[in-house]
Amino acid sequence: MSIELKGITKKFGALVANDSIDLKVARGEIHAILGENGAGKSTLMNIVYGLVNADSGKVLVEDKEVIINEPADALKYGIGMVHQHFMLIPVFTVAENIALGREQSKGGFLSLDEIKKKIKLLAEEFKFDIDPDSLIENLPVGVQQRVEIIKALIYDAKVLILDEPTAVLTPQETDELLSIMRTLKSKGTSIIFITHKLREVQDVADKITIIRLGKVVNTVASNTSQEELASMMVGRQVDLAPNKTEVKPGKIILDINNLSVSNSLGRKIIDSLSLQVRAGEILAIAGVQGNGQSELARAIVNLEDHVSGSIKLDQKEILGITVQDSLRAGIAYIPESRELDGLISSFSIVENLILDVHDISPAAKKGRLNPDYINDNSAKLVNEFDIRAQSIFDPASSLSGGNKQKVVLARELSREVKLVVASQPTRGLDVGSIEFVYEKLLAERSANRAILLLSSELDEVLELADRIAVIYKGEIVGEVGSDVSREKLGLMMAGIK
Amino acid sequence: MSQLNALQKRRQSGVVTMAILLVIFTFIFYVTSSRVEPVIYSFYLGDEWKLISEWEIGSKSGVMIFLIFALIGVTISFIQFKNNKKITLGSLMFGFGSIMAFLSWAAAGKFIPLTGLLQAAVLLAVPLIFGSMAGLLCEKSGVINIAIEGQLLFSAFVSAVVASLSQNLILGLISAPIAGALVSWILAYFSIKFQVDQVILGFVINVLVLGLTNFFYTVLLVPYESTWNAAGSFSAIPIPVLSKIPVIGPILFNQTIIVYLMYLIVTVIQIALFKSKWGLRTRAVGELPIAADSVGIDVNKLRFRNVLIAGAVAGVGGAVFTIGAVGVFSQSMTAGAGFIALACLIFGKWSPKGAFIAALFFGFTNSLQSNLSIAGVPIPSEFMLMIPYIATIIAVSGLIGRVRAPAADGIPYLRGTK
Ligand SMILES: Nc1ncnc2c1ncn2[C@@H]1O[C@H](COP(=O)(O)OP(=O)(O)OP(=O)(O)O)[C@@H](O)[C@H]1O
Ligand SMILES: [Mg+2]
Repeated sequence: MSIELKGITKKFGALVANDSIDLKVARGEIHAILGENGAGKSTLMNIVYGLVNADSGKVLVEDKEVIINEPADALKYGIGMVHQHFMLIPVFTVAENIALGREQSKGGFLSLDEIKKKIKLLAEEFKFDIDPDSLIENLPVGVQQRVEIIKALIYDAKVLILDEPTAVLTPQETDELLSIMRTLKSKGTSIIFITHKLREVQDVADKITIIRLGKVVNTVASNTSQEELASMMVGRQVDLAPNKTEVKPGKIILDINNLSVSNSLGRKIIDSLSLQVRAGEILAIAGVQGNGQSELARAIVNLEDHVSGSIKLDQKEILGITVQDSLRAGIAYIPESRELDGLISSFSIVENLILDVHDISPAAKKGRLNPDYINDNSAKLVNEFDIRAQSIFDPASSLSGGNKQKVVLARELSREVKLVVASQPTRGLDVGSIEFVYEKLLAERSANRAILLLSSELDEVLELADRIAVIYKGEIVGEVGSDVSREKLGLMMAGIK
Repeated sequence: MSQLNALQKRRQSGVVTMAILLVIFTFIFYVTSSRVEPVIYSFYLGDEWKLISEWEIGSKSGVMIFLIFALIGVTISFIQFKNNKKITLGSLMFGFGSIMAFLSWAAAGKFIPLTGLLQAAVLLAVPLIFGSMAGLLCEKSGVINIAIEGQLLFSAFVSAVVASLSQNLILGLISAPIAGALVSWILAYFSIKFQVDQVILGFVINVLVLGLTNFFYTVLLVPYESTWNAAGSFSAIPIPVLSKIPVIGPILFNQTIIVYLMYLIVTVIQIALFKSKWGLRTRAVGELPIAADSVGIDVNKLRFRNVLIAGAVAGVGGAVFTIGAVGVFSQSMTAGAGFIALACLIFGKWSPKGAFIAALFFGFTNSLQSNLSIAGVPIPSEFMLMIPYIATIIAVSGLIGRVRAPAADGIPYLRGTK
C-alpha cells in the first residue's frame, strides 16, 4: 500500500520538530529515514500512527487523504508500527501484550490460544526464540525488541513503520530482520525504516530520505556513499573512523579477580572473571547482549547484589562499598539504559547534570544547593557536549535519545576520574553523536584514564579498542588485539573459539 | 549457595518474626500469667445443626494448647522455607494459634460466643470489601480513588432516604449504586478530563460529601425523622441447608442480601480482571496507558467507565451501613471505613482476593475487640482499640512482602506528552 505525507508540520512550543515535511513511499518500497538525534523522525512517524497530532499537513493512503487522529485510525488503514520506546507492559506475558487491543474471547473468557499459535508460527518463520508465556519484565531487551516486531507483523500491516528496531539487536538478529523486511516487501508491504546504522540502510533500502532539524534535506538512492549520507544528516563532514593517537599504557587501574555475579534467583551470570585495564588503554568487552556484560559493568560500581571476588581500583579494594563511594573513588559510569539508570526523566537537565555531586561543594554549600554554580555549570556542559535542548530547565524526558545520552556523558565525564566504564555508549545515537562520543572516550584515553568499553557493536569495538576481550556466558573466552577480523570476532562472540 | 534471593529473604524474615513473637507471647500469656479461670467458648447460635455448643477450658491450659499449635506453625514455616516453598500454611497456623492463645489469656473467666464473633466479623468486613473493590477497579485502571469514603457515605445517606421515603428497601438498595456512581462521576470527570490531581480531588470529594450529608441530616433527617430517616433494614435470609452447617453456616450463609451480593461481586471482579478482555485492557491502561493507546484502546474512556462502575460498587457497600444494618442514617456514620478499605486494597496487593482476605481480617480483629470489651476483659479499652492495627502491622511486616501498585496509578493520560 502506498503512503504519502504532505506538508506535515509539528511544533512543540517554540521548537519546530517537523517543518512541512513531504514523503512518498510506494507500494512494496523500503524507505529509510536518516537524521540526527532530535531531527524529528519519531515525531513524524508518531504523527502517521496517530500518537501525535500534527499542526498541519495531510496523510494520503493509496492517494486518498485519510484523517488519523489516534492509533485506532492508523490500525484501521493497515498501518503498523514498531516504536522506538517499547510499548510493552512489563507485568504481562508476551502473548497478553500481543493480544492486547485485538483480544479474542470464548464464552466471555479471554482466549490466548490462537494468538500463541500465531506467535509460535511467526517466531519459527523468523528464527526468533520466543516463549509466548514468559513475562516481558523477565526478558532481555533484545528479546523484547523481537516481541515488538512480532506484535507489528502479526496483523499483516500494509504499511509498516520501524522506528530504530535494530538498536538493541545482535548482528545476526539484525540480518534476520533485514531479510524479513525483504520478504514483506516482496509481498507488497511498504516499509518505513528508521535507523542510525548506515550499513543497514545501504543493505536494504530502496530510497533514503534525510531529515535535518525537522526539514527534509534530500531523498536519494541507496547507492549513495556512507560519507555522503553522513554529511547530509549532520550538515558537515563526518569522520567515520576516529583518530586514535599512540598512548603508552600506564599502571593497572582496574584489577578484577575471580569475580562472580549471581542474579536474584541464584543463577551465576558471571563466573570467576578476571581482567585488568591500564591507564591510557581501552579494553573492549565484546559480546552478544545478555552474556553478562551489563552485570559486569554494574558490579564495578557496586550496583549488583550477589557478588564475590575482588575488584581493585588503583590498588584499593572497592567491592562492597556503596555506589556513591565507588563513583567518588574515581569511576565514571555510563549505563546501558540511559532512561532507566542514567537519568531521572522528570528532572530538568540542570538537575540531571548534578545528580552525582548535588550534596558536595561547589554544587551544594552548607546543605543548600548553589544555583549560581549549578546553572553556570549546566550551561557550560550543554555547550561543550552540544546538548540540543530548548532550555536547560526542560525535563530530561523531552530530549531525543542522543541528547539524553549526551547529558549522561556530560555528567559522568565532568568528574575527576581514573576509570571510565561505558556500557553500550552509542546505542541509538546518530553518526555525528557517535563521532562525538568516540572523540570524548579517546580524549579520556589520552588523559591517561583507563577505559572499559562494553559493546555489542563490532565496528565500535574494532575502532576503539586497544585490546578486545570476548565475553560469552559470563566468562572471558579469549582476548585479541584490535587487528582481529570481523568474522573471527563474530564467531568468538557466538561462543565458537 | 548461602546467598538468599529477595523472596527467600522475605520468607526468612517472616519465620524469624514469628519465632520472636512466639517467645514474647509465651512469656506474656503463659509464663507470667496468673490467670487460671476457665474460658467458655460457645459455638452454637440456635438455628444450625448442633455439633457442640460449648467448650470450657482453663485459661492456662488453653494458652498452652494454642501456643503449641502456633509453634507447630512456625516449625512448618521453617521447613517450608528450607525447602524453598511458600510459608503460607505455617503462617496461617501460627496466626490462628496466637490469636486463640491471646483469647484464652484475655478472656479468662469469661464467655466468648465464637460463632457470633465471626458472624459479626463478616458483617464488619462487608463495607470494607465493597470499598476496596471500588478502589481496586479505579486503581487497576490507573486512577487513585481516595474518595471511597465519600462514595460510601453518600450512598449510605441516599439509600436510607430513598428507602424511608418510599418505604421500600429494594428501592433503597437500587438507589445506592446510583448515588455512588454519581460521586465517582465527579472524580472521573475532573481527574480524567481535566487532569486534576486525583488525591486532592478525592479528598475534596470526601469533604464535600461530609458537608452535604451533615447539612441534610440536620435540616431534614432530624426534624422529619419519621418520613426521612426511618428506612428499616434487610433481615437475614438463611440459605437452605448451607446455613445449617455448624459454625460456618450462620457465619457465611445466614446474612442479608447485600452480603450475598458481595460474594457475587468479588467473584465476578476476580475472574473478570484476570480472565476477560475487559480485565486485560483495564490492567493495561493502569500499567502503561500509552501501550494500550498504541493498539487502539481508548484509555480515558475505559478509565472513565471503570471509575463509574467502582462508584456503583462502593455505593452498594454504603447501603450496608444503613439499610444493611441499623436502618437509619447518622452523621458521618462510615467513620473512616473508606480509608480502611483503601488500606485493605494495598495489604491485599491490589488483588480482589487479597483485598477480600485483608478486609475479613480487619473485620475479625474489630469484632474480637468489641466482643472482648463487651465481655468485660480487664484490658484498657484504648489498648483494645489498637488491636486491629497492631495485628495488621504484624501481618504486613512479616507475611505480605513487596507490594507493587499499578505502574500508572494516579498518572493522568494525555496523548503526545512525554
Ligand atoms: N512531547 C514532546 N514535547 C516536547 N518536545 C518534544 C516532544 N517530543 C519530541 N520533542 C522534541 O522534538 C524533537 C524531535 O524529537 P524526535 O523524537 O522526533 O527525534 P528523533 O529524530 O526521533 O531522534 P532520535 O534519533 O534520538 O530518536 C526533539 O528535539 C525532541 O526533544
Ligand atoms: Mg526517534
